[in-house]
Amino acid sequence: MTEQEVIELIDSSLAEEFELDRVDMTPEANIYEELGLDSLDTVDMVIVLEGAFDFKIREEEAVRAIRTLGDIHRFVLEKVADQN
Amino acid sequence: MPLAPVVVTGIGIISSLGNDFPQLMEALLAGRSGVCEVPSLDQVGGLRSRLAAIVNGVDPKQIPRKFRRSMSNMSVFAYLAGKQALEMAGYPDDRLDSGELGVFIGSTLGSTATSESFFKDYFRDHSLERMKTGLFFQLMGHSCAANVAQSLGITGRVMAPSAACATSCQAVGYAYEQIALGRQEAILCGGADEFHPLTVATFDIMHAASTGFNRQPNAAPRPFDSRRDGVVCGEGSGILLLESKVSARQRGARILAEVVGFATNSDTSSIANPDVGALVTCMHLALKDAGLAAEEVDYVNAHATGTEQGDIAEAEAIRQLFADRVPVSSLKGHLGHTMAASGAIELAVSIGMLERQQLIATRNLEQIDERCAGIAHLQQNRAQQVKIILKNNFAMGGINCTVILRSYLHD
Repeated sequence: MTEQEVIELIDSSLAEEFELDRVDMTPEANIYEELGLDSLDTVDMVIVLEGAFDFKIREEEAVRAIRTLGDIHRFVLEKVADQN
Repeated sequence: MPLAPVVVTGIGIISSLGNDFPQLMEALLAGRSGVCEVPSLDQVGGLRSRLAAIVNGVDPKQIPRKFRRSMSNMSVFAYLAGKQALEMAGYPDDRLDSGELGVFIGSTLGSTATSESFFKDYFRDHSLERMKTGLFFQLMGHSCAANVAQSLGITGRVMAPSAACATSCQAVGYAYEQIALGRQEAILCGGADEFHPLTVATFDIMHAASTGFNRQPNAAPRPFDSRRDGVVCGEGSGILLLESKVSARQRGARILAEVVGFATNSDTSSIANPDVGALVTCMHLALKDAGLAAEEVDYVNAHATGTEQGDIAEAEAIRQLFADRVPVSSLKGHLGHTMAASGAIELAVSIGMLERQQLIATRNLEQIDERCAGIAHLQQNRAQQVKIILKNNFAMGGINCTVILRSYLHD
């Protein structure tokens, strides 16, 4: 997968799960304040990403530090690179 | 301690015959049936019944995702009906979080469809790693009540009575008692249920689901009829806004009816089959609570689901109290059995009958079973003066429930 394909899969998966408007999904967007997610959503976000990329990230410390969509992109890109 | 008079000021309906109260009343007065063939029931091994009364035209997406994620269909139905009831009552938004408004809404179970979908995935590899956070909230015994309170911002007492087919009759009765005691100013009360093949199976395995009219859906169920062959399962929600008369009058709300009596009791003779004596006792206790004599009742809205034993027992109990003086009908012939929603939906329609002074007959009652005879069965709609209505609901588990309504005399 190219970097762009990874980002597209993240964004499309999250847009579907959380009914987000793709226009709002900029890398700078804060997932809580701007995209409207809450603590329950972040648990589900992990499950959605695990399903989309076939990896396990629930126990990763770095997940807790995620604030923006760009943070998610970077985190997942790193995990995908590690997998390869 | 003096008890506060309790009135109904709002009604919300989601049903197979319309998704608001006026639509439902129009369909019932026209004698329409909400029962249809459900082809997917063919796929369930051993299931013989193919009919159900299904809700159409509800778009859950009108509910914000934050609230919808914890809702299965039954909570969606309860939310929409609850909102309708508040709107009809003109209940002020700034009273929702006063602590004086409560929510008493029950269902038979948490969502069976959600359970099925979870376990289908879980049994693949016995992993919980794909379990999302909304699951538990859809499975809770108080899922409908909690979802309605959360989504409408209601901060008073929340209770979720669960007594199968008597659920929402009990919810209305308990709400009436709480308001009469002065513990709450108003309560959104009723029930909701969603269709699932396992509900049909529950009745079918006990030979209590209709199986003989699979190609004539509008001919079943047939309460009190000699050819009745069991329940047709339905879904939906009925929610009433009960309010103290003082509060309703202070607000200038339109009062639809008064709730004047309630009783519920337990029949320990059998977990499945009703006992005539216990049914009589329940109705008698409700009359006593209302301070009324049986002679003062103008109409009985029966539970009568179209089962062999239930209809006979209820007819006999009604005969013992009212002989053939009081008109009796059941709405199950139009709506099927909406389970936990049936009590509140049928109470709502009873209020519609009080408002219009028009009684609705039992649909599909063509030849009265002689074992259900001796009472004044309504086989045609009838215009009639009606002031007092007695409403029954009886449930598996030996639970009986009766609520008494009185038309409100405006002064």
